[in-house]
Amino acid sequence: MMSTPETNPAKQRVIVARPTGFLRDVLSIAIRSVRQLPRDLEAVIPALIIPLFFLVINVGSLQDVANFTAIEIDYKAFQLPVAIIFAVTGVSRAPALVLDIQNGYFDRLMLTPVSRRALLIGHIVADFALVVLLVMPVLVFGFIIGIRFPTGPFGVVTFIVMGALWGVAYTGFPYAIALRTGNPGAVNSSFLLFFPFAFITSAFVPIEAMTGWLGAAAHYNPVTYLLEGLRSLFLEWDAWALGKSLLAITGVGLLSQTFAFAALKRRVARG
Amino acid sequence: MTAIQANGLVRCFGDLRAVDGIDLEVAEGEIYGFLGPNGAGKSTLVRMLCTLLLPTSGSAQVAGFDLVAQANELRFAIGVALQDAALDDRMTGLEILQTQGRLFGLRSTEINQRIQELAPILDMSALKALVSTYSGGMKRRLDLAASLMHSPSVLFLDEPTTGLDPQGRLRVWEEVRRLNRELGMTVFLTTQYLEEADELCNRIGIINNGKLVAEGSPAQLKRSVGIDVVVARLESGHDNASDALAGIDSVQSVERHGDELIIGTSDGSRALSPIALAFGRVDVPVIELALRTPTLDDVFLEITGNRMEEVDL
Repeated sequence: MMSTPETNPAKQRVIVARPTGFLRDVLSIAIRSVRQLPRDLEAVIPALIIPLFFLVINVGSLQDVANFTAIEIDYKAFQLPVAIIFAVTGVSRAPALVLDIQNGYFDRLMLTPVSRRALLIGHIVADFALVVLLVMPVLVFGFIIGIRFPTGPFGVVTFIVMGALWGVAYTGFPYAIALRTGNPGAVNSSFLLFFPFAFITSAFVPIEAMTGWLGAAAHYNPVTYLLEGLRSLFLEWDAWALGKSLLAITGVGLLSQTFAFAALKRRVARG
Repeated sequence: MTAIQANGLVRCFGDLRAVDGIDLEVAEGEIYGFLGPNGAGKSTLVRMLCTLLLPTSGSAQVAGFDLVAQANELRFAIGVALQDAALDDRMTGLEILQTQGRLFGLRSTEINQRIQELAPILDMSALKALVSTYSGGMKRRLDLAASLMHSPSVLFLDEPTTGLDPQGRLRVWEEVRRLNRELGMTVFLTTQYLEEADELCNRIGIINNGKLVAEGSPAQLKRSVGIDVVVARLESGHDNASDALAGIDSVQSVERHGDELIIGTSDGSRALSPIALAFGRVDVPVIELALRTPTLDDVFLEITGNRMEEVDL
């Protein structure tokens, strides 16, 4: 509870500031972040186009090769989770956060009693909304080219939620770089981290068909298990595959968000 | 009651002591100006007092709250407009004010009421436009309005009129006076404009190299110089004109600035004639000879050995 200094005329005004609570702080930051989305379309449009491009190219160029492997599902469905990963990985409000740091608005927020953790969590909430939006066009395109979910509408929802959770889990890396460096160039180059995550996996052929060091590395890549979980939704409910998938998301999320919150702590320290 | 009290406040950046042992006491309802050149430590002191920076040593209370132990409580009591308007160009003015209000716990109706109350300093017709379309003056005023949304009792203004045109400067001055007069708001402002400090402030502290080197009302500070100033504007090309004044007892100092001689004297009205005669004897044409009382720049010169603009360079 705040103690109150002696009265002065300014404090006798009807409207006075009051503590807000953590959830309202998160909501305030998230509302602001979501409002900015339509003004940052240049950051969103590539994430809409790239996954569709890769989906078309991968299916067109690799479908016949894939027939020699033990893929249990249609290759278009096999590639759809890869497109989802392309759509949501690395997409975040981190570039906007860097701009806040550079233009001084982050200082303005620091001068308010807002919870410091809410400064990051509010953006992550906005990211969840963003990645759900980014999953949609890819999914709709998948339906148009004939991909169906034997697991039904709940399978579709699970597919969307898991894709979005992965997107949010990964955001810790760009946020950590944004908060640590305050440099937009560094944040933009954080997509380089995405390459080993996306390509040293069972993105193109099943893990069983991969040999040598690439196969060994893919076994340790959490995205391999995420893809297996998402692909399982095109066959039947598979709790084991989905469980491993959720575990992979949780592991990466814990790691990346640990980096992000450590960077936040350093950024808001008054030293 | 004391609105701001600092005891031995120090802030170091590596080997640099940006703020070097400042003691300060600002009364509630006072407009206190911190005057000093660029790099003197003004902004560092403000950033400490408004909780953005921790002091290396020393202590301070603002509105009764300790700036280290009660930083969050302190933030409810202060409004801050930093040197560069801290705004997001991708938001509208209205969104910035609404976000600011929400973070201080105001309800929607309260936010709308505050925006109406702050209308005199806002460009209301531009509130729904993106800040990126605002002029520098509009941004400054929006920044000031945002810092006032929660009705703070102490307002920090870090060089509030730097970069503003004369009209914009007068508008900010008038608002500062109104806040102080009508709401009793304590205002702590830093400035490198002597005129601003002179016009606005009840008391002034002069900071140089991180130290508070003088403090008092503008009138007290000027009196402390203890001399009158005679300004002689000469035709160019008379570099040794000051030598002509060597024999005049009442002349205490002579300083050349271009074609002007700034002559410090214990009694300006009695020194005018001997100065005019001395120039006449050595055939130095005088375009203008004027007596004036000391300015804050003279005070700064007396205390630090430099003029404000010289230190800025």
